[in-house]
Amino acid sequence: MEHFNLALVDWSRAQFALTALYHWIFVPITLGTSFIIAIMETIYVKTGDEMWKRITKFWMTLFGINFAIGVATGIILEFEFGTNWSNYSWFVGDIFGAPLAIEGIMAFFMESTFIAIMFFGWNKVSKGFHLTSSWLVAIGSNLSALWILVANAWMQNPIGMHFNPDTARNEMVDFWQILFSPTAVNKFLHVITSAYTYSALFVIGISAWYLLKKRDVTFFKRSMVVGATFGLIASLFMILTGDESARQVFRVQPMKFAAMEGFYYGETSAPLVAIGLFESVPNPQNPKAKEWAAKIEIPNMLSYMATLDPHAFVPGIHDLVHGNKEQGIVSYYDRITRGKTAIQALADYKVAKKANETNKANASLAVFKDNYKDFGYGYYDDPHNLIPNVPLTFYSFHTMVGLGFLFVLIFILTLIYVVKNKISNKKWLLYIALWSIPLGFLAQEAGWMVAEFGRQPWVVQDYMPTLTAVSNIDHTSVMITVLLFTITFTVLLIAEIKIMLKQITGFKDGGH
Amino acid sequence: MFENLSYLALQEYWWAIVSLLGSLLVFLLFVQGGQTLLYTLGKTENEVKVLANSLGRKWEFTFTTLVTFGGAAFASFPLFYATSFGGAYWVWMIILFAFIIQAVSYEYRSKASNWLGTKTYDTFLYINGLLATLLLGTAVATFFTGSDFLINNMNQSFWQSPFKGLELAFNFGRYATYINLSLGLGVFFLARVLALLYFMNNVDDKAILERARKKLIPNAGLFLVFFLFFLINILVISGFNYDPVTKIINMESFKYLHNLLDMPVVLILLLLGVVMVLWGIYRAAFAYDKCGRKAIWFSGGGVVLTVFALFLMAGFNHTAFYPSTYDLQSSLTIENASSSKYTLIAMSYVSLMVPFVVAYIWYAWKSLNNTPITQKEMEEDSHAY
Repeated sequence: MEHFNLALVDWSRAQFALTALYHWIFVPITLGTSFIIAIMETIYVKTGDEMWKRITKFWMTLFGINFAIGVATGIILEFEFGTNWSNYSWFVGDIFGAPLAIEGIMAFFMESTFIAIMFFGWNKVSKGFHLTSSWLVAIGSNLSALWILVANAWMQNPIGMHFNPDTARNEMVDFWQILFSPTAVNKFLHVITSAYTYSALFVIGISAWYLLKKRDVTFFKRSMVVGATFGLIASLFMILTGDESARQVFRVQPMKFAAMEGFYYGETSAPLVAIGLFESVPNPQNPKAKEWAAKIEIPNMLSYMATLDPHAFVPGIHDLVHGNKEQGIVSYYDRITRGKTAIQALADYKVAKKANETNKANASLAVFKDNYKDFGYGYYDDPHNLIPNVPLTFYSFHTMVGLGFLFVLIFILTLIYVVKNKISNKKWLLYIALWSIPLGFLAQEAGWMVAEFGRQPWVVQDYMPTLTAVSNIDHTSVMITVLLFTITFTVLLIAEIKIMLKQITGFKDGGH
Repeated sequence: MFENLSYLALQEYWWAIVSLLGSLLVFLLFVQGGQTLLYTLGKTENEVKVLANSLGRKWEFTFTTLVTFGGAAFASFPLFYATSFGGAYWVWMIILFAFIIQAVSYEYRSKASNWLGTKTYDTFLYINGLLATLLLGTAVATFFTGSDFLINNMNQSFWQSPFKGLELAFNFGRYATYINLSLGLGVFFLARVLALLYFMNNVDDKAILERARKKLIPNAGLFLVFFLFFLINILVISGFNYDPVTKIINMESFKYLHNLLDMPVVLILLLLGVVMVLWGIYRAAFAYDKCGRKAIWFSGGGVVLTVFALFLMAGFNHTAFYPSTYDLQSSLTIENASSSKYTLIAMSYVSLMVPFVVAYIWYAWKSLNNTPITQKEMEEDSHAY
């Protein structure tokens, strides 16, 4: 590890995290509102009621403001794989690049072509063509989410590839396995349903503000009905897919799973800590230091959640680091040894190949293949460096889950009262709906923190640690660009919020 | 279908696709060119608004083509992606920064409570127009002049200059810099020429069109000066050839001229492209009433053909398309920088969607452009930028 520029790794991570954080403020809102707008416009086309057209246009304006800054932050993310993670780009570019290219060809063009019709085509194209364009914008933006999430899922669960020692990279052998891996399917469904949930909170929250102000009541009650219905369906699916996602994590990333649950010592019939508070911040060098200051447990629930068997064994962080012969778990100490063997064998193979020593090359290659599945571990000496930040992952996960259940409740109550036409009298619920917008954002960011902090130190699970993935550049350059982007994104965020607030508060339905 | 193609044929197919995307991108840079002309052609607030809205309905095509170009390069030639983006860090970061500030500018420039003010967003658009064209052109020129990098036996790349790409545009002690910059400036003025032709097609405003016609010849003249300087230079310089059997790279005198002579189709494309660009400019300048509105399609088509031919010159006929002047054998070719055969096959099936994508873009474009933009439309459109 001493050979790596850790400052460069940290700054590169900071830059990517910063960009992703800003990107994910806006993008989830556009993913869901694009469908909500399409639904609203469909109602307009079906009923011919002009108010639905004005409703569509109002939410379309807010969609456009969010969309612009989502695009601005999105372009950086794609190119940062090259600028800041060039070793990664080569090591897995054969697999990872394909979804990004497909995203451009399939999704981005659809989105950018039909968004122009959606905004400017009201008086230039037929009603039907305009409506089709609105649906295609929604489909296009969600397709782009599909491909980038397929790519991300592959990093968490790398399958459908083999390592080519001659080119020193992983190469794709099965496209369909990558596209339809259970991790990819679950990740896509969970992320988009959570984005829809956040979008629906955005719609009912803003509608609630209008109802509190007693302005354009019918206009925003209608918006609320669409938002709450869409949100309820989405949030129920979000919980279902989240449940399956947890099992996927348990299967392919057991350390991440243990960190999500703050689970240090494995056991059968493992209880789930539903709510917990660490007594002190656990020391990653000595995980035994962890104790709970307070916790509420559900017996057997962790075993059931991980395996659907309430009595199954769930390994803890200690079992993964030190191994557990009884349960057939190989320790990180052994995996590090194997990883080092694989790294050395690859180097020996390269030297022998260059010297045309075929026998020696074949022998080294055989050793390499035997040990390749632990390749990434070879970059470490201390297995404790392979443990992610447990409190951060634990708290993020529990915040996300808790808020997810709260959102379901908010949607149910909102829908009941708005359908009964009593929502205007329920001020407490309207305030909750309004404040659920920042909570939705918090849940979104918490979810990403679970996904991305929880998988550290891996950029590609078991094969490529983050510290080997960076570009060979000086950390000062990255430091400067982090500063530059922080200022730029923050200024644009302020501009966006001010414009958005003005659009919201200054709106008056002119159709009366 | 694609399974029957050889690995080399797939690599050539993908180089052609990346080249096509690159050439479409250069055509679509008319948006950037137009952004540098907002206050040259627009003398009143309403005129600037008309111009901004005319461009604002197209900016996403340029943006998306750039993103797709990057994605296709990543998927098909990942070693190029890793080497260029990770090495010429500052060049790409400045280009990306220019696109970040563009992405919000149209949407926010005239919205109520726009904290930074319309002028700030219009300045962002100008910066994007200037830097994106200049630096993208400069970056493409290095496909012929080379950069200083090393690739080790694990295919990791190491850029040699501490200036991380800025030296390609600012190291004036090196002749290659002038060639690089000449293409950069050539693309900048070309983008302005295309923008003028685009406005002639897309805007219905007498005063704006009169100004656009006046600006056409000076911008076309400057474009020609810089482009011809670049073209003549690359035809006479030594290029980066590789042996098809041993893959060893060596310098060859008049390499790119030889490439044109060895590939007559590319030569025809180049000549046809240049003639079409000039024909479009000529018709717009001197026969506007007859077919000035259609000049953008002549010149735009010509740009696509010319740039496509330049890319093919850089990558075909056993030529290193991303040469290293630091270590010749580190130079990237379509053979050593590409993805695996399997990935290229899988991606090739995806590429069959391209005609479908082009068809719906054409249809949508036509639907929106049936009638040119007017000041009256700006007053009526609630979503006008």
